[in-house]
Amino acid sequence: MTTEAPLLQMRGITKRFPGVIANEDVDFDLHGGEVHTLLGENGAGKSTLMKILFGLYQPDEGEVLLRGKPIDITSPSEAIAARIGMVHQHFMLVPTLTVAENVALGIKSKRGMLTDLDSVSERIREISDSHGLAVDPSVEVWRLSVGERQRIEIVKALFRDAELLVLDEPTAVLTPQEVDDLFVILRRMTDEGRGLIFISHKLHEVMSLSDRITVLRNGRVTGQTVPSETSREQLAQMMVGRAVRLTPDKPDVKAGDVRLKVRGLTVRGDRGTKAVDNIDLDVYGGEILGVAGVSGNGQRELAEVIAGLREPEGTCTIELDGTSLVGADTRTRRDRGLSYVPEERMRDGAIGDFTVSENMILVDHGGERFSRSGLLNFGAIKDHCTELVQRYAVKTPGIDTPTSSLSGGNIQKVIMARELTAEPHLLIASQPTRGVDIGSAEYIHERLVEQRSRGTATLLISEDLDEVIGLSDRIAVMFDGRVVGIVDSADATREGIGLLMAGVLA
Amino acid sequence: MSEFFTLSVLVATLASGIRLATPYLIAALGETIGQRSGVLNLGVDGVMLLSAFFAYWTVLETKNLWLGVAVGIVVGFVMGIIYGIITVFFHATQGISGIGIFLFGLGFSDLMFQKQVGTPRPIKQLPDVSIPLLADIPHVGEALFQHNLLIYVAFLLVPIVTFMLKRTTFGMNISAVGENPQAADSLGVSVAQTRFTAILIGNTMAGLAGAALTLELGIFQANLTSGLGFIAVALVYFGAWRPVGVMGGALLYGLVGATVVQLKALQVIPRSVSDIASMAPALLTIAALIVLAGRVKAPSALTRPFSRH
Repeated sequence: MTTEAPLLQMRGITKRFPGVIANEDVDFDLHGGEVHTLLGENGAGKSTLMKILFGLYQPDEGEVLLRGKPIDITSPSEAIAARIGMVHQHFMLVPTLTVAENVALGIKSKRGMLTDLDSVSERIREISDSHGLAVDPSVEVWRLSVGERQRIEIVKALFRDAELLVLDEPTAVLTPQEVDDLFVILRRMTDEGRGLIFISHKLHEVMSLSDRITVLRNGRVTGQTVPSETSREQLAQMMVGRAVRLTPDKPDVKAGDVRLKVRGLTVRGDRGTKAVDNIDLDVYGGEILGVAGVSGNGQRELAEVIAGLREPEGTCTIELDGTSLVGADTRTRRDRGLSYVPEERMRDGAIGDFTVSENMILVDHGGERFSRSGLLNFGAIKDHCTELVQRYAVKTPGIDTPTSSLSGGNIQKVIMARELTAEPHLLIASQPTRGVDIGSAEYIHERLVEQRSRGTATLLISEDLDEVIGLSDRIAVMFDGRVVGIVDSADATREGIGLLMAGVLA
Repeated sequence: MSEFFTLSVLVATLASGIRLATPYLIAALGETIGQRSGVLNLGVDGVMLLSAFFAYWTVLETKNLWLGVAVGIVVGFVMGIIYGIITVFFHATQGISGIGIFLFGLGFSDLMFQKQVGTPRPIKQLPDVSIPLLADIPHVGEALFQHNLLIYVAFLLVPIVTFMLKRTTFGMNISAVGENPQAADSLGVSVAQTRFTAILIGNTMAGLAGAALTLELGIFQANLTSGLGFIAVALVYFGAWRPVGVMGGALLYGLVGATVVQLKALQVIPRSVSDIASMAPALLTIAALIVLAGRVKAPSALTRPFSRH
């Protein structure tokens, strides 16, 4: 590390929003040639800090120094001019435009009002050759894979010659192999003297990529460390503020009979193509069957078709405890013991404007337990929901609080409480801890293990490999709508599953 | 029926179909630009009525046709500023504010007409301009190359708008803010400025369309457009947000309309059902929209106001 001024210093940054302090007296710095990781839970203030750096927010207090000089960044174009680049978590690409057009967007054209795509394409080729970023400038972005889109985001930053690059959860949608490739590219960039700010909550990635790590919790810096002096458990503790069990203990459970039997299942996706292609699956009582795969390989459609939200194609078998579910409506499926924790929890799992208690009884509100001749029995509802809020440790001001005002983790607990109250025979849990804080995730994992002990067959669909490997008894890997392999989780490695996920061994 | 299939009737039908298509085409091209930037303007009809009235009134008072055209354009531009402020800076819901603009245009143009003119008086129509050589081609020349200047302008706008959308940085910015405004913003493209400019262009073209309509007909009356602006909005969907497709839709609409008029004049369609027959173009549009439903993709951010928070 050099003795000259750091590339970036953020000193005493405070940013308040009505009712919340997003950043409080945060110090953060970055040198050229290093990867400095910003680690923290959702809502810890990472994004706010980076939005301040990128000119999207103005800090209430504190100062930003770039290359030793104070700078006031009030818009993304000023940030770009100061050679700050950002790869956003949600790709900032226009799908209908070509790669070259996306890269050229916002840059002054050499031909005045006319676009200058030929010379842009040429620079893109130079950049992709020198950095190992294979991209074709003339292709429309919607045709590209997620990994390719990621590379374009990096090309965009390099095209603008960013010296400081913020990567906001860049690995969220990548396969393990794509992550490895990305890290090679990022290392090449630090070798050139660029400084990288890496935002992630995947602890093993943070450990392998970072030079330094700064942890945020509730808007404040709670620690700064280097990978050689810490561990995943310690980092998690700094993020949450207490000791956390990253993988739950699983008691030995004797697998029961087949509860869910799927044969020859084919499903069309939203675009009319085969999203699920001739799948066979068995899930046993007392078993968690993990479904791993890169997003968009048919997992969502698989969950939806079993839950009854989507129609299968042609003849197939979907049986729960020996009874066919094909053609049954969602109510019938629930009555037969199916519970569903959906991926899009605010779209399919809960109604945001409804109160916590309304969402908790949403499925049973017409049953005799909570209503009599069409009128709701508020006393019974209140007792039931108060008990659930306690039992599931939902952090909420009350059972009459609108659900949308809770955190992601607590909304998920509300949904879990409702779904597990039904004492399911089959539980479909899609991305149960995505966007959920570590504490709630730990709690949700314990509940899933508890269901396993009571003999529930669980289909756990997740893009989080640690979660899948830690919780499942067996792991089915999906690629391009097919199950390309089923592995016993005792024998599973990240690398092996990663190869299956990429379709390499298919 | 055989009377219809004579050369002279077919040529006349084609010529009047092109004439009828023109206001739709100009307005729909303008609306295409706005929608490509993510802004739906349901007020097109109201803007057309206002600009038609002011263009008509100007010509009535000054006898200057081109001053009338200019006034129509200016009225469209001013309405663009108003609609731009409402939707871009106040983030108003586009569907409802567009209907507000329509109702304002409908009422205000009628009010002004009642106060300032009263009974409809005809004005000069735009003169036809024959294109040298081309107009002399038998039949084709009569159908295609003996029209007033605004009709040529309308069809010239098709390649111009296409070029603007595909080959200029501004066109690229329009596509970007219409598909993914966050992405555009993150690259320093001003979403507000791009959309505001697109709205200004679109409304100015609606103004031109209104002027073209009244000066083509040589008359103004209450609700002169009778929903023409709404058809123009539908034609944008019909044309899948592409100028050439929009032109196809406008031509189809104009030609079917002209055919119905001819068939009525020739009494092929009996008088008793002529009102029903007049619905043909609208029914055709609805049918086409049903067939096209789900096959074409609207700009992703259409009708969605943009703000950073």
